[in-house]
Amino acid sequence: MTTVTRNISFNEALPALFSAQFSANGWFDGREAALKQFLALGGIPTVKTEDWKYTNVVSFFKNDLQVTLPEVPEVTAAQLEATGLILPDTFRLVLVNGVLQPHLSQLPPASQVTISKLSEAGSQPAVELYFNQSPRIGEHHFAQLNSALFNDGLFIEVKAKAQVELPVQIIHLYAAGQARLFNPRHLVVVNEGAALQIVESAAGIGLADKVVINSVMESVVAERAQFSQYQLQTGGNNLRTINQNLVEQKGKSVYNNYTFTLTESEFVRNNLNISLDEERTETHMYGFYIAAGGQLIDNHTSVDHRMPNCESNELYRGVLMDKSTGVFNGKIYVHEDAQKTNAFQQNNNLVISPEATIFTKPQLEIFADDVKCSHGCTIGQVSEDALFYLRARGIGEAEARNLLVKAFAFDITAKVNIPAVRKQVEQLASQYLNA
Amino acid sequence: MLDIKNLHAAVEGNAILKGINLTVKPGEVHAIMGPNGSGKSSLASVLAGRESYEVTEGSVDFLGKDLLDMSPEVRAREGLFLAFQYPVEIPGVSNINFLKTAVNEIRAYHGQPPMQAKAFLDMLKSKQKLMEFDANLMNRSLNEGFSGGEKKRNDIFQMAMLEPKLAIMDETDSGLDIDALRIVSAGVNKLRSKDNAFIMITHYQRLLEYIVPDFVHVLYNGRIVKSGTKELALELEEKGYDWLKEDIRLEEPVQ
Ligand SMILES: Nc1ncnc2c1ncn2[C@@H]1O[C@H](COP(=O)(O)OP(=O)(O)OP(=O)(O)O)[C@@H](O)[C@H]1O
Ligand SMILES: [Mg+2]
Repeated sequence: MTTVTRNISFNEALPALFSAQFSANGWFDGREAALKQFLALGGIPTVKTEDWKYTNVVSFFKNDLQVTLPEVPEVTAAQLEATGLILPDTFRLVLVNGVLQPHLSQLPPASQVTISKLSEAGSQPAVELYFNQSPRIGEHHFAQLNSALFNDGLFIEVKAKAQVELPVQIIHLYAAGQARLFNPRHLVVVNEGAALQIVESAAGIGLADKVVINSVMESVVAERAQFSQYQLQTGGNNLRTINQNLVEQKGKSVYNNYTFTLTESEFVRNNLNISLDEERTETHMYGFYIAAGGQLIDNHTSVDHRMPNCESNELYRGVLMDKSTGVFNGKIYVHEDAQKTNAFQQNNNLVISPEATIFTKPQLEIFADDVKCSHGCTIGQVSEDALFYLRARGIGEAEARNLLVKAFAFDITAKVNIPAVRKQVEQLASQYLNA
Repeated sequence: MLDIKNLHAAVEGNAILKGINLTVKPGEVHAIMGPNGSGKSSLASVLAGRESYEVTEGSVDFLGKDLLDMSPEVRAREGLFLAFQYPVEIPGVSNINFLKTAVNEIRAYHGQPPMQAKAFLDMLKSKQKLMEFDANLMNRSLNEGFSGGEKKRNDIFQMAMLEPKLAIMDETDSGLDIDALRIVSAGVNKLRSKDNAFIMITHYQRLLEYIVPDFVHVLYNGRIVKSGTKELALELEEKGYDWLKEDIRLEEPVQ
């Protein structure tokens, strides 16, 4: 009873699978409740669920998908190296199937940052305070599934005022002999006045079949703290990713999220939920995606402005080629108390092929009266005038298009503050555009 | 060098060029004048290969090859250059990378290796000097936020870098201040040689005082209705186009 067999739906099989291995796993006592909530929400969402209207994942949860606590095979330094993901000038945390591998990692100084396996962090005060507490976590089917089934992940806590000098790269590696579901779970707490940058990358190691990664990261950015999170979604074609980021910001904190989806995976769904819980916070969200072949790339973001004088700014851009599909949904909620809110949101799409599709929907819900909000989305092709200008200077059509698409991405890549990340993003973008 | 015969072209089914004949030889400078909407920029666009124009009749020979058969980039690589009436802004493409790409694609077409960084920078510097072009503009995005005059000067600077055989300058003088006009003209005069040629589209006699043309043509309603020497420009400056319209009406068959 460890796999979802044919003919029985995932939702039906889940309770038995849960009792077999997960119900009593580790220190977290909310698993049972999470399972109930997942099933109460209807289990795996179908296209009848509003937030999953254009994104059909039902087929990923069929046909002998293995649902057990994953084994953690030995991964060598050479295998890690071969992923090509290692960035220079960073601290590094390497996880295999959600479990931290100290021998492959280079930790930041313990005087600044506490890092441990989540499975061993049950008695940490920050875990008691913040774990599984994110305001919107109860709404997410997959976050609930993760809470019920997660095996392990990272606990990162930056001490008050600590300025972690180098970015911390987190490399998530996944290894499995057959189709299976992974549920890694992480908690990041950046305490008062501290600063942290993380860069996340993922890759499969010798995957024999497609795996589903249902990941949840909760982050808390305390007063006057600064936290930048880069997600480099560049994993190979056997990864199907469902990714939840739930962020809480306290007074005067700054949070930056950069989500780059430049991958061979057929499917990526990102949920980014940010809750502005106190005054005078600043939030930036940048996304860039290139979808090709039959890929589906879906970004759902939401920002809850709960308190006055907060600023959020979102810019997502995407390029859609071949028969790919893009989905963007950005919600901004300005709650009653959130006077003097500044909220901006923009989603621009270049649709390069007539067979590609984009569904884009900005949503503003405003319950305060003294606010400045704007949102917009565009869907367009490469400018013919710009194309002609470049060609009239001797630049071939393919190269000219390439330059224009890069220019389209430029407003976002220019915001990247880590040179090695920027370089990797630009290289991958060229590679996908020229493929 | 350029031989245009009975050229007809249309946009979205509207006939714009209605039988242009023009021959340009190496070393020559031709000026094209004519009222707004007469088809001057359209002629330039057709020659540069803008795809929205459909050539319905006629031929254009450029250095012994069929120009109309070539893509815009091949025309440029063969030595045709158009300085645009309205250069476009392309945010995110750096001026300098754009130029390097253009120079190297043209070189590749002629079987030459890409230019070394040092050689490219040297050339950049010498042309900047020639055209008195502000080096600070080089590191910005292509024409983004440039003033009207800066865009025009950037186009002419590109022309100096790409060293075309035939340059078509579409109202390069409009938007240039008095000093800039003198500087750009002096630069163009230095680029002139017995091997290259220029077609200058302009509304003003002033440019032609700086860059003296061998021939002046008047384009009216899609055709060249009068050709002469530089004195024709003076006459137009004085009398406008109305007297020509009278002449033409007499020549045209009654419909
Ligand atoms: N896409 C188009 N559709 C219809 N008509 C067009 C189009 N493009 C140009 N035209 C028309 O073609 C004619 C010639 O335009 P063109 O730009 O060549 O004039 P011009 O001589 O350069 O004028 P100016 O001195 O004002 O620059 C104009 O009447 C213009 O409206
Ligand atoms: Mg014109």
